[in-house]
Formats: sequence, structure tokens, C-alpha cells
Amino acid sequence: MSAGFNWRRLSAMLVKESLQIMRDPSTFLIAFVLPLIMLFFFGYAVSLDPPRIRIGVALEDPGPAALSLSTAFERSPYFQVNGARSVETLEREMAAGRIHGIVVIPQDFSRRLHAQESVAEIQIITDGSAPNTASFFAAYAEGVRANWQAGQDIRPGRTARRSIEVAHRFWFNPDLASRFFLIPGSIAIVMTMIGTLLTALVIAREWERGTMEAIMATPVGMPELLASKVIPYYLLGLGSMGVCTLLAIFLFGVPFRGTALGILALSGAFLVPALGQGLLISAVTKNQFVASQVAILSAFLPGVILSGFLFEIASMPTAIRALTYIVPARYLIPPLQSVFLVGDLWVMFWKDMAILLGFGVLFFALAIRSTRRRIA
Amino acid sequence: MWGRLRAVVVKELWAILRDPRARIILFIPPFVQLFVFGFAGTLEVKNFDIGVYNRDAGVGSRELVQRLSGSPNVRRIVPIGSADEVRAAIDGRSVIAVVMLDQQFSAKLATHRPAVIQAVYDGRRSNSAQIVAAYLDRIVADMGASIESTAAVGLRAARSRSMVTHWFNPNLDYLWFTMPGLVVIISMVSGLAVTAQTVARERELGTFDQLMVSPLRVYETLIGKMVPPLLVGTLNVTLYLVLIPTVFGVPLTGSLFVFYVALTCYMCALLGVGMLVSALSQTQQQAFLGAFLIIVPVILLSGFASPVDNMPGWLQVLAQANPAKHFLIVSEGVFLQAMPAAEVLANTWPLAVIALVTLTGASLLFRSRLE
Repeated sequence: MSAGFNWRRLSAMLVKESLQIMRDPSTFLIAFVLPLIMLFFFGYAVSLDPPRIRIGVALEDPGPAALSLSTAFERSPYFQVNGARSVETLEREMAAGRIHGIVVIPQDFSRRLHAQESVAEIQIITDGSAPNTASFFAAYAEGVRANWQAGQDIRPGRTARRSIEVAHRFWFNPDLASRFFLIPGSIAIVMTMIGTLLTALVIAREWERGTMEAIMATPVGMPELLASKVIPYYLLGLGSMGVCTLLAIFLFGVPFRGTALGILALSGAFLVPALGQGLLISAVTKNQFVASQVAILSAFLPGVILSGFLFEIASMPTAIRALTYIVPARYLIPPLQSVFLVGDLWVMFWKDMAILLGFGVLFFALAIRSTRRRIA
Repeated sequence: MWGRLRAVVVKELWAILRDPRARIILFIPPFVQLFVFGFAGTLEVKNFDIGVYNRDAGVGSRELVQRLSGSPNVRRIVPIGSADEVRAAIDGRSVIAVVMLDQQFSAKLATHRPAVIQAVYDGRRSNSAQIVAAYLDRIVADMGASIESTAAVGLRAARSRSMVTHWFNPNLDYLWFTMPGLVVIISMVSGLAVTAQTVARERELGTFDQLMVSPLRVYETLIGKMVPPLLVGTLNVTLYLVLIPTVFGVPLTGSLFVFYVALTCYMCALLGVGMLVSALSQTQQQAFLGAFLIIVPVILLSGFASPVDNMPGWLQVLAQANPAKHFLIVSEGVFLQAMPAAEVLANTWPLAVIALVTLTGASLLFRSRLE
């Protein structure tokens, strides 16, 4: 192995690597088909928007007030109501998972509502085994009751207006469509997979088969070898990001308020640590099965769970929050969401790009060291 | 036949467990995942910072700020001095929301005129922003109620109210939902990954030809390939069943016997899928990527990431073919709801049907490859 850097050798190696990539259909599967599937599911299947919850209303009181409250529940756009006379029937339905909440309007509801001294009580029973739906249901059901009460209170000369009100405005995403932040986030996951998973797998195969040693016996030097391995996947990653971005904008209607330069700079910076991590994993494991599992564990799963993509980092326990600082995707997802929904916020971008490149340098240095040691 | 079967099972177990690193990979990460992802995977919103742009110096605005900072979910109140700072704080994600009070706020409250609070949110995190909005509504409603009750003494309090009870999970602890879900997801990921590799590895190493000339029947080879992932999966799940109630305090209320029946059907359904992928792949790399291509939709359509009821109708139909969707109901049910055996079985027969289909498909494909 020679120490010098030779452009001709590099270009010869690049041709060889590119041919190898293009000959293997599985590469295209992961670079173009998988992103499509991911975007498709994040666009249609995953929604964190308030659901239309299937509930049951047990109307035990035949009075007109109780009936009008029960109608208010049926009219709510948030609920799909399954009416029943008895609570027991609904309880069985809920235990079987067919409904996710029960509203009980008890027998004495009308009487207590009209009596001077008493308060009419309804019971809201949620299915706590799905906590997110349960808290939505509790909040909306209480809202239905409060609105119904306010409607009952309106009398001539008196309005139901509250003394303080909050006017909510949601910037960047006024329709509150969760896919507007899930789709940009999933582009980051796609790049993690190409950068880390695919690279780790392909290079681990070379180690496993011994072709890596064969290349090292040629005059190709370490810098050329690494560059020839990394550059094709870098371009593949950028290409896949481009396809995803176009699909996000034109198929899923995600607004794009930044510039092409902004998203290119961010993805370009992110692919450096992603590829570095892939190289490092392959150089350390040298076995396809182990490399693939390590890549899933150290790149894909943290990218989905610890990056702020689906779950709010601030809500995590302190120890886990500390762990998120070493997940590179954490520094890509917020600027990527911004480049779509807000615009080019370079103040934020520079900082995150610098951190990403720092991770990149670290991973590459470790990968080179472990490759060298292997040869020596 | 039993002798051959035993021999092939022993051989396959060795193939998986011989490599010490593979042994570690099969058993250690599932536990690390349980801990890390169990605590990280929460849709609750806590510890957030909220900005207050207060142009009012009166008593009313001070009370509101006090109520905000008293909320257990708010970590810090960030004072904000100008409209430009509002923009910068939201853009830079240093706060998730800014509450804006105008100069007249306290005066309006004091004279019982309606006061309106402006609140802006970071819509990039629209789910969390909505939850914060609900918190803010509640805080403001409480303050309003206390003002109204002092203003209109003796007139009338609310005549109806609601009592909320959460079944199966009285404190709505998110961990109680995540843990039974992770049992489904983690066992699926490791089960599929191991099965998908088995045949592809033989083909890549050239030992597949040796299998063909051996006296083994197709089904014996198939069973031999299935037993190790089945054992690894069952062992991991059993350890989860011990850890989750003892370490994480999630109740395990249902019948373990029916749970294991459902688990076996679930694992068989997954192994069938893994075998199909494996038989279709030429190399380990293709097998792995193929498995991955299956894993992502299986997780997203299971109901773990977001409720199946939220999906469009045609995707809900597709989700019926997803084994993880049915087993998630069983797992949540057996842990939290003391699900009766009849209900567990009602969710188990779809698993058995899926297993039958995938295993038949895999054995047909195998036969055509082997002969």
C-alpha cells in the first residue's frame, strides 16, 4: 500500500465501487424503494392528530336534559358514539378493546340538574391502556359537557362568555398536520439508513469475504480506499434525499419555505457522521450479521426514538436526555423541520452543522485507526 | 426422523450461537432497548419552557405568571421583552410557546371586561404544541373560574360536572403502555432479523448445496431453521415478563398460558415471513434489507406508533394482515386489562391464520428452491 494520493487510482476505484453498487438490486431497494415506503407510511399511516375516538354513551336517564347532552356527544366530530342502555354492556366492549371510552349519564342526572342544591354529575371512563387516546378523550368529553352547559346557561341578556380566554395561534403549521413534521423527520431516518446501515453492511461484506485485504495488497492507499468507499454512498444518500424532498413537497404537500442550498448543506453535513459511523461499525465488526444489528441499534433506533423525531426530548428522564446528545440525528431533525416549515435559519443551521461535522471527524478518525490496527 | 430433526436443530442452534459477538447481540441489546426506549418513548409533554411577553404591570398578569410557573409541567418561564424576541425564541426553539399579555389585561380583569390572552406556538412540533395549549387553557380556565366566583358571589356555581376515571391505568402512566408494546416490537425485530439471515447465509457461504444433498426432508430443514429463533424469542419475552412487573412496576394481570399460546402463533407468523424473505434473497445483504423493508411497515401499522383507528380505512384493512397489530392487543390486554381468555383467543386466531399462510408460502418456496 502506497502512501501517496493519486487521482487516477481514485477514479478507477470509484468506477469499480459504482459498478458494484449498480449491479446489486438491493442497493436500489434501500436507496429508493425504502424511502418511498417510509414516506408513504409516515404520510398516511402515522398520525399524531387527535383521533376520532370510538366511545360508548350509557344514557340511564330518560329526561330531556340527559337526552340533549347525549346528542351533544353524538354530534361531536371527535367521537363515534355507540349508544347503550347499560354500563355493563359498554364495560365488556371496552375490555375487548372495541371502544376506548365510556360516558355515563346517570339516572338522577336531570333531577340533580334542576334541583337547587345539587350538582349533576356525569362519569367519564377512559381506557388507560392507550394513555394518549385516553387523555384526549377525557379532555374532549369534558369540553363537550362544558359547551353543553354553556348552551344551557344562555338566557336573554346574558352571554356565556368567559372572563378570560386564550387565542391560540400555531405558527408554521396552522392546520396542525402531524405529517408536516413527521415527513421531514423521516427524511433524516432515510439518510441514516443509507449512510450508516447500507455502508456498514456493504463494507462488512468485503471484510467477511477478504476482498478488503485483497484491495489493501494493491497500490491503493488508505485515503483513496476510504474516499472510494465513501463517495458513492455520499452521492446515493444525497440523491435519495432529493427524491424524498420532491415527494414530500409535491405528493404530500408539505410546505417548503427554505432554499435548496439550505437543505443540501444540512444533508451534506449529516451524511459525514452517518457514513463515518457506518465505516466504523464495519471496521470493528467485520461480519455482516453483527454489523447490521449494531447499525440498527446504534443508528436506526436512536434516530427514530432519541432524536426528537417522534418523542419530545425535554419530557425524557435526565439520564436518557443526556444520551440524546450523542445521537447525530438529534442535530439534523430540528433544522430539517425548519427548512421545510420556517425557512433558512442559518443561525441555528451553522451550530448544528458544526456539531455534525465534529461527530464526522471523530467517527472517521476512529474508523481509520481501527482499519490500520487490523492491517498491522 | 426424530434423530435427523434433532441433529438439524442442534446444527442450527450452533450456527447462531457459535459466534460470541452474535450471542451478545441476541441477548444484551433487547434489554438495553427495553430500558432506553421504555423511558424515552413517551408522548407526554413535560419540562417545557414557556415564554411570557408581558406588557402589563398589573396584579392580574402577575397572578397568571405565577399560576403558569406553578404548573408541574412547566420547567422555566422565559421573560420576553419585544415582538422580535418572540419570533427569535420560537424560531430558535428555546421555548415551545409564548404567552402575550397586552397593557389592558389587568385593567380589564379588574373591571370584569373579557380579557383575551394571545398565545403563539411552535407548529413544527404540532402534537406537543396542542398538548401545551390544552394545559394553558386549563390554567386560564381555573383563574377565570376563581375570578367569576368572586365577582358573582352566590349567583350560581356550575350545575353539572364530570368525574374522570381511567381504567386499567389509573394514573395514565405512559410506561404502562410502552412496555407491553415493546415486548411486541423488540421480539419481532430480533425474530425477523435472525430468520431472514439463515438461508441467505447458507447460500452465500455455499453450504446450501450441502443441505440439498443431505437426507433431510424440506420440512425438517424448515423446522430446524425455525426452532432457534423461536427459542431465542420465547426466552427474551419470558425475561421481559419477569422484568416488566418487577423493575418497571407495570401490572401483569392476565393469564400467562393464553399469552404463550398467542406468542407462539405470533412468532410462527413472523418466522414464516422471515423465511419467505430469506428464500427470496441471494445474499445476506439482500435478506437483511428485505427484512428491514418488512419491519418498518409492521411497526408503523401495529398501533404502537399511533392508533390504528386514526388510519384511513384501507390502511386499517391492510393492518388486519399485520401480526404485530393483533399481538399488541393481546399484550396490552394481558398486562393491563386482565383480558379474558376468550378475548385473547379472538385475537389469536388471526395470528394462526397469518402463520399458516406465511409458513405454507415459505415451505412451497423452499421446495422449489431445494429441488
